[in-house]
Amino acid sequence: MSENTQNTPRPSSSLLELTDRTKRRNAAEKRFRAYGIGAIAIGLLMLAVLVFNIVSKGTGAFQQTFITLDVELLESKLDKKGNRDLADIKKVTTFGYSPIIRNAIEAKVTGLGIDTPLKAKAMAGLLSKDAAAQLREFVVANPEKIGDTVEFRFLAQSRVDGYLKGRVIRANIANDKNISSEQLDLVDALVEAGVIAKTFNWDFILGADASDARPEAAGIGVSMMGSLFMMLVVLALALPIGVAASIYLEEFAPQNWLTDIIEVNISNLAAVPSIVFGILGLAVFINYMHLPTSAPLVGGLVLTLMTLPTIIISTRASLKSVPPSIRDAALGVGASKMQAVFHHVLPLAAPGILTGTIIGLAQALGETAPLLLIGMVGFIASNPPQGIAEGLLSPNSAMPAQIFEWAKRADPAFYERAWGGIIILLIFLVTMNTVAVILRRRFERRW
Amino acid sequence: MPLLWLVLILLALSVAGFFLGRQRALASAGGNSKDLHSLPSYYGHNVALTGLVPALGVLAIWLLAQPLFIESRVSSLIPEEAIPESSTLGLVMSDVRRVAEGLDLAVSEGVMTPEQARNMRSEFSDVRGRLGEIGVALGSDVRPEVLNAAQSYRNLSNTGTTAMIFVVALIAAVGFAYSYSKTHKDFRARNVVEQGIMALLILAASLAILTTIGIVLSMFFETINFFSLHSWTDFFFGGTWAPNFRGDSELSILPLLWGTLYISVIALLVAVPIGLFAAIYLSEYANNAVRSFAKPLLEILAGIPTIVYGLFALLTVGPALVRFFGQGENGILGVEWMSGATSVLTAGVVMGIMLIPFVSSLSDDIINAVPQAMRDGSLGLGATKSETIRQVVMPAALPGIVGAVLLAASRAIGETMIVVMGAGAIAKFSANPLESMTTITTRIVSQLTGDTDFASPETLVAFALGLTLFVLTLGLNVLALAIVRKYREQYD
Amino acid sequence: MNDMTAMDKTMEQQKTKIAAKGVDVHYGEAHAIKDVNVEIEDKTVTAFIGPSGCGKSTFLRCLNRMNDTIDICKVTGDILLDGEDIYDKRVDPVQLRAKVGMVFQKPNPFPKSIYDNVAYGPRIHGLAKNKAELDEIVEKSLRRGAIWDEVKDRLDKPGTGLSGGQQQRLCIARAVATEPEVLLMDEPCSALDPIATAQVEELIDELRSRYSVVIVTHSMQQAARVSQKTAFFHLGNLVEFGPTGQIFTNPEDPRTESYITGRIG
Repeated sequence: MSENTQNTPRPSSSLLELTDRTKRRNAAEKRFRAYGIGAIAIGLLMLAVLVFNIVSKGTGAFQQTFITLDVELLESKLDKKGNRDLADIKKVTTFGYSPIIRNAIEAKVTGLGIDTPLKAKAMAGLLSKDAAAQLREFVVANPEKIGDTVEFRFLAQSRVDGYLKGRVIRANIANDKNISSEQLDLVDALVEAGVIAKTFNWDFILGADASDARPEAAGIGVSMMGSLFMMLVVLALALPIGVAASIYLEEFAPQNWLTDIIEVNISNLAAVPSIVFGILGLAVFINYMHLPTSAPLVGGLVLTLMTLPTIIISTRASLKSVPPSIRDAALGVGASKMQAVFHHVLPLAAPGILTGTIIGLAQALGETAPLLLIGMVGFIASNPPQGIAEGLLSPNSAMPAQIFEWAKRADPAFYERAWGGIIILLIFLVTMNTVAVILRRRFERRW
Repeated sequence: MPLLWLVLILLALSVAGFFLGRQRALASAGGNSKDLHSLPSYYGHNVALTGLVPALGVLAIWLLAQPLFIESRVSSLIPEEAIPESSTLGLVMSDVRRVAEGLDLAVSEGVMTPEQARNMRSEFSDVRGRLGEIGVALGSDVRPEVLNAAQSYRNLSNTGTTAMIFVVALIAAVGFAYSYSKTHKDFRARNVVEQGIMALLILAASLAILTTIGIVLSMFFETINFFSLHSWTDFFFGGTWAPNFRGDSELSILPLLWGTLYISVIALLVAVPIGLFAAIYLSEYANNAVRSFAKPLLEILAGIPTIVYGLFALLTVGPALVRFFGQGENGILGVEWMSGATSVLTAGVVMGIMLIPFVSSLSDDIINAVPQAMRDGSLGLGATKSETIRQVVMPAALPGIVGAVLLAASRAIGETMIVVMGAGAIAKFSANPLESMTTITTRIVSQLTGDTDFASPETLVAFALGLTLFVLTLGLNVLALAIVRKYREQYD
Repeated sequence: MNDMTAMDKTMEQQKTKIAAKGVDVHYGEAHAIKDVNVEIEDKTVTAFIGPSGCGKSTFLRCLNRMNDTIDICKVTGDILLDGEDIYDKRVDPVQLRAKVGMVFQKPNPFPKSIYDNVAYGPRIHGLAKNKAELDEIVEKSLRRGAIWDEVKDRLDKPGTGLSGGQQQRLCIARAVATEPEVLLMDEPCSALDPIATAQVEELIDELRSRYSVVIVTHSMQQAARVSQKTAFFHLGNLVEFGPTGQIFTNPEDPRTESYITGRIG
């Protein structure tokens, strides 16, 4: 290599001096090490960017802007007959409430002495399109309040909300027909007066999805119920079936070609793309068995099939980790093989099985693709299900599918909801994985 | 819901059977449980399981078979000429089902009496209008054949359900009676129960096979249907993907395959070097503190749902790339190479990030499986650590790492959400990574969501795509698992 | 081959190659080697014997700083090679290990061809200017490893395909190829059958003419057969060190005698 390489290859040099070659090799060593550190740094950086992104863009969804107004519930408009008959009150549609709201905001603005060129209708435009329905719901629930003036908290429309959160800025609203700069002037004044304020947004966590025009009213609660019912189905089916299959394969199955096929099959199923399970669900559960479309039951069945291999693999690992001496001991005192397994091996493997199941459930909870094919996406359910049967069978969405739905919509106000939904989804996943880790730490036995 | 009640009754019966069987066994031994062949509870379990399991099994099979049977019976009622020109038997059958469901609803809401529903004639009454009143919307007026078929559909399924309840109840009763009569102190209850449980265990294990068969069959038949409507040469060898509703769609997989492979290659170009170097550093250089800190953090990336990565691609990475490569004068590079956030690069990079922990943890296992003696041998000769890794550890681990990369490739090819949100929807052959392209999984989602018509090639093509995807990933997995397994054996 | 030179070298005056002074080794909390002083001579086979866990292998691995690869291992005291402290901060273990080669308990050929196995050391240390020189080094080393005749026709076949004894001689040839001055052998025959063992022992005897050889062994017979000097380790202490004949026939320390006669071990 170098010019000082001599014919006698190893001159008895001093160890205390590094040869040029050693220096070069050490430099190469340092570089190689740096690549490794660089790779890890990139990986961790990506994680940090992802987490930062989610948190910075999603936390906004947990805050919502409200406008507090004193609303005069005019008897002449809401209950013309004046007999507080609920049936009659219900006949007044949301259109009947709009003028009341207009009056309320106009009164508020003049009362505060704010100078604005806006008409009452434009002022009311600061409120959500949901405002009239909100008020109507309140009146139907409390008909005795008709005739009184009540303080009512209305949802602000998403542009106002975005303005307070810094998403909507004045420079960009020139072509926006939903908001004008005069309206924003009014918002500034109302914020100063304490009429418009942000508070914690329970409706996002508990509420239902809303239509395209009302991002401020959209919530993830109902699809969370959908996810919950799917997870119940997965837990009820995948755990017993998975454990039974693992027990057979690990403890009883003879070594033959059939067992081999099953084993190869399971490890391959674990790597089949999730969308293929969606196709299976669509073809078998919906097209063939005519189970209802968009039902959490079907979603749960599909996710069960998808999760089974994961649960089987982890259950087998924890059965395998129970030493054979335990089985021998049980057999030695005259237990049958089945008794040895069910009385001794299974309880010892239970923590491991539970951990694997929780991880499998977490995987199923975050899965989206198969749900798209069985119709669990879109603006589906506007009310939380009543009872278990309805929860399983009536159309619903699921958290990840809801997030996807929001991400597809045109209004950027929904993106904030999507990131916020991801925060909630990740809170669930982190909790589940933490429980799994704690279980493993606490009950893990080293034989 | 008669089904729910049936199952609940069966469960209640089996609980009762447990106590009865146990009691009878004890009684036959004169109350002395030591005289019994098995523990008393085994006699109870025997009665409970013999009654319950066969009945539930028959119930499940019946539920699976009944639709198939009714479908074939009813569709034979529809004459060839009753199927309109542009339609198929499948479409007419779905009309039939809708009408039948509508009639069911009408009866249960009390709008019609059962007799009315059964004897209604489309010649004399406006079926569409009456069903519309209770919220069942029908696309067209109900033709007599359809109404006829719907009525016999209702008949058959009512009869079927009644028969099912009867048969299942009978089987349960016979099971209980038989096992109860057999219960005696000399009866080997434990052996019988254990055999029964064994059968259930085997059934559970074979569900994995059933799933695979289900996957293959469900896609296979629809694929055949597709190829009867659309030429297979166009599917496999055509050059264009252009579905339309005029009936002359060009549905070739090749442009989709190109997009899929292009994105996968970019993902692997990101994931393999980073994942491999991370694994090397963690297993060969890092001390315990670094390892126990960095490894779980990296693995978090693997636990994040793909929808999150999809959103990250669509809303963060895509716009960031546009800021670099697009926006003309206002962009960072001042070029106009990229117009929208969705592109091959967007999806590929994000998918690569997702695959980093996948590659690194598989490689980590594989590198750790290389015996320490190899490293000692090399270090003992005066090799530096990196020389040892590059020239001894890596060549030894190579087969395993190839397996890991193949598994990662299979993941990339089958990944859906990231490409649905990040790759775009345009099918084309292009080498420009800044353009948006589409993939097999994206097209499956778009062909099967929304209004689908299972008689049109535009919908059915999704099954052919799915089958191709399945075969592709299965092949990669089998190959990868075989390589990894062989590699493990080498050092076991 | 080079019998002549070998003969000449034996005649040379013995000089100290490695000197250890007050060496202590700690594995975390455990004190594995306690204050060991020993002088290892050039062109001599020195055997380390003792019951398992006595620290003989640990000490051997200190001599070419293989213990560096274990995080929790800490070595104190001085080990001098030709008068230079090998634990000096300026010493690069890579250069040291080129001078002090090592053969391990289990034969560990790399999963490469026989040729590449032997050429590995010369390549990383840059000992050959061209392919011809490398070929020459490989042949010379395989000859010194007494395996040339068995493998010369299949140099491109994987080293892992050889028998255990052949593999171990290949590993010795691989160690010799970097032209070391000292060869450390950690129970080189423990995984071999008697015939292969005899071949390796014969080889060790030949190697003595060029190198200082240090061998750790479980077998006292082997120590007696191949070594000129023997060191007896017990519970981390160097109990006795002297000419092999003396250790085996007339040990000074009662513990050595107990071990030789089979009472501890």
